[in-house]
Amino acid sequence: MGAAQTGVKLDLFNFSLKSLKLKTKQQELLIRVSVLCLVYILAFITRLFSVLRYESMIHEFDPYFNYRTTVFLTEKGFYEFWNWFDSESWYPLGRIIGGTLYPGLMVTAAFMYWVLRFLRFAVHIREVCVLTAPFFASNTTIVAYFFGKEIWDSGAGLVAAALIAICPGYISRSVAGSYDNEGVAIFALLLTFYLFVKAVNTGSLAWALGSALGYFYMVSAWGGYVFIINLIPLYVLVLLITGRYSMRLYVAYNCMYVLGMLLAMQIRFVGFQHVQSGEHMASMGVFFLMQVFYFLDWVKHLLNDKQLFQAFLRITVTCAVGVGALALGVGMASGYISPWTGRFYSLLDPTYAKDHIPIIASVSEHQPTAWSSFMFDFQILLFLFPAGLYFCFKRLSDATIFIVMYGLTSMYFAGVMVRLILVATPAVCLISAIAVSATIKNLTSLIRKKSKAPHGASVKGTTTAKASSKAALDQSLPFQVNGAVALLLGAFYLLSRYAIHCTWVTSEAYSSPSIVLSARGAHGGRVIFDDYREAYFWLRQNTAPDAKVMSWWDYGYQITAMGNRTVIVDNNTWNNTHIATVGRAMSSYEDEAYDIMRSLDVDYVLVVFGGVSGYSSDDINKFLWMVRIGGGVFPVIKEPDYLVNGEYRVDKGAAPKMLNCLMYKLCYYRFGELMTEYGKPPGYDRARGVEIGNKDVKLQYLEEAFTTSNWIVRIYKVKPPSNRW
Amino acid sequence: MARTTTKDAQALIQSFRSAYAATPTNLKIIDIYVIFAISTALIQVVYMAIVGSFPFNSFLSGVLSCVGTAVLAVCLRIQVNKENKEFKDLPPERAFADFVLSNLVLHLVIMNFLG
Repeated sequence: MGAAQTGVKLDLFNFSLKSLKLKTKQQELLIRVSVLCLVYILAFITRLFSVLRYESMIHEFDPYFNYRTTVFLTEKGFYEFWNWFDSESWYPLGRIIGGTLYPGLMVTAAFMYWVLRFLRFAVHIREVCVLTAPFFASNTTIVAYFFGKEIWDSGAGLVAAALIAICPGYISRSVAGSYDNEGVAIFALLLTFYLFVKAVNTGSLAWALGSALGYFYMVSAWGGYVFIINLIPLYVLVLLITGRYSMRLYVAYNCMYVLGMLLAMQIRFVGFQHVQSGEHMASMGVFFLMQVFYFLDWVKHLLNDKQLFQAFLRITVTCAVGVGALALGVGMASGYISPWTGRFYSLLDPTYAKDHIPIIASVSEHQPTAWSSFMFDFQILLFLFPAGLYFCFKRLSDATIFIVMYGLTSMYFAGVMVRLILVATPAVCLISAIAVSATIKNLTSLIRKKSKAPHGASVKGTTTAKASSKAALDQSLPFQVNGAVALLLGAFYLLSRYAIHCTWVTSEAYSSPSIVLSARGAHGGRVIFDDYREAYFWLRQNTAPDAKVMSWWDYGYQITAMGNRTVIVDNNTWNNTHIATVGRAMSSYEDEAYDIMRSLDVDYVLVVFGGVSGYSSDDINKFLWMVRIGGGVFPVIKEPDYLVNGEYRVDKGAAPKMLNCLMYKLCYYRFGELMTEYGKPPGYDRARGVEIGNKDVKLQYLEEAFTTSNWIVRIYKVKPPSNRW
Repeated sequence: MARTTTKDAQALIQSFRSAYAATPTNLKIIDIYVIFAISTALIQVVYMAIVGSFPFNSFLSGVLSCVGTAVLAVCLRIQVNKENKEFKDLPPERAFADFVLSNLVLHLVIMNFLG
């Protein structure tokens, strides 16, 4: 009995072993799929810190506009959305919303909302909006896997998916609640590139068509599509110059360009730019170049005669260059092709914006990147990136050339502008993944070979000549296995440090909504400042529905979305003069400002003030930009009037104009009476650490309407003109 | 100089014609299709130059429909050409299906854009 049982057991054991042996490939597939699933889930949940810490809410500034438009879209339908003229912003100008936004994000969120509704999930649109970015981040990991598989192998793809799932450079723009265009755009960007590389590798029209559709989605979602439409032609050009031109490239690029351009023109905000603006001309030039190149190639193939072909070449090239130059010259001279925009210039020349466009330079995410933020966002990827480049150059193919070019160009742009680290992140993750995967593969194969060789020798007793020679070769390097094991352990240590760093960065730096502020109290507990929402709620409840609120443009979207009141300027900075008018009002004396505010029909003025709470990104610290932007249009405002010996200060030594301008008065009204910190005189500004210079602020044309509990938002009512004089 | 050029051109055209005669018929049909599409595009451009480009979207969709058709046909020609070793494993049926699909998308978008 017992023997029979053991026999059965042995049989079972044998069977399972056999089946395992047979299914090595399936096992590998199983592991790969489960790893991908885990990465998919991980990418989603690592972005949920902000929801757990605070609540399910929309973050920051721009997302509020996206949220408001999405709500409009779900309530009123697509046609209303497309034709929406918004009179609540940019009073008295208004804004044509349908024609001045990238609708991709809103349509995506609304579509998911409708699908969920159709499946009888009673979700609120806000939840959908909050979770859109993490959901698309998860999808990006899948695309990264396939992309890595396409350019290297499936191992590199898996590593790339894992790296990009937790890379802080990407998380910074895709945590739950940051409902912004970039959230879906990075997915679209990577998808377009992946499909394009696939098309180049296979030479199939279907993949090129897919790439064009991906490009369409990208154009509908984010202005960063300009990067794609310049990178791909550049890539084609490099392939042409290095003599890697192929029919596959012709098929991929031409199909993608023609269809992508046509599809992009369907987005009203982009319109005819693909044939009219200078930024898109490179792609068109490369398109024509491809035709000429193909034609020449074809004729050469057909003639099979060198001398004749030379003659033909001379004629054609002269004609083509002549026609091309003529067309470009006429287009430029007649103003048909618009020159490059300021944003584009500031990318090529980082100092351009500082001198010419203060409104671009004033945004903190448009500043050049510091080294520390590269380190913060990439950590070990920064070191793996060059190693990955080395591997790419070692195994050069059309696909690796593409990823190398993507990596290098996007790294340059990331150095110019902080926010473009986001665009570089997928490339850095992919290239680093190649480095990690190739290194680990080499090391493990070394170890396995070593451990197998003696094992095989002992069992079979014979070794082939080849294996013995290999073993002899290996033995020439002592401690090879030990070295490999040590390196492997080191690699795992580094990767685990990376995971820890990413989690730490996500939880500490990128998960705060910046609508609700939090700080550590004196006893170590968390103190929550919910002043913004308090103020916007007050506006909603206590002011007339048609009241116009003047504030600096940063808060425009939030006031319209949460306060439901009309604003003068908002974050869509399309009209510089209008913003400059507000800047001028803020930096003038009260009586002059009153005239400006009367002319703009302003009922309330809203300022953000951090003197009591120690919140440093308030209006006083932004004030110099208001002066600069105002002074750029109205020369009566001069920056030196607000400075003392080139120094910006708010204490007793401040410039007299500074102490009496509207912004100063509104921020520090009745502040002189307040004790903010123990052991300091009244009127001590905690954000700047000084005692203010003008403690006795008197307002003549405005009156205080509301101040939030921590004084972060202060709202003033503009008095009607007095009826006696 | 001028005489040698014309001579060159003559010899060129002659040898070109003799070489082209060897092309298979199905490729010749595609060539005619491409030439037709390009000449239609040229006619539209000339018409635009004379009359003006006012409904710009209509002009663009007209020209791009022709250019797109031509480019897609050239792609098809590349893929079904037996001499191209790069596309050995791509059956002509698949190439044609891709071509039809791309054209479908192209002309759906054109119809939307025509205005």
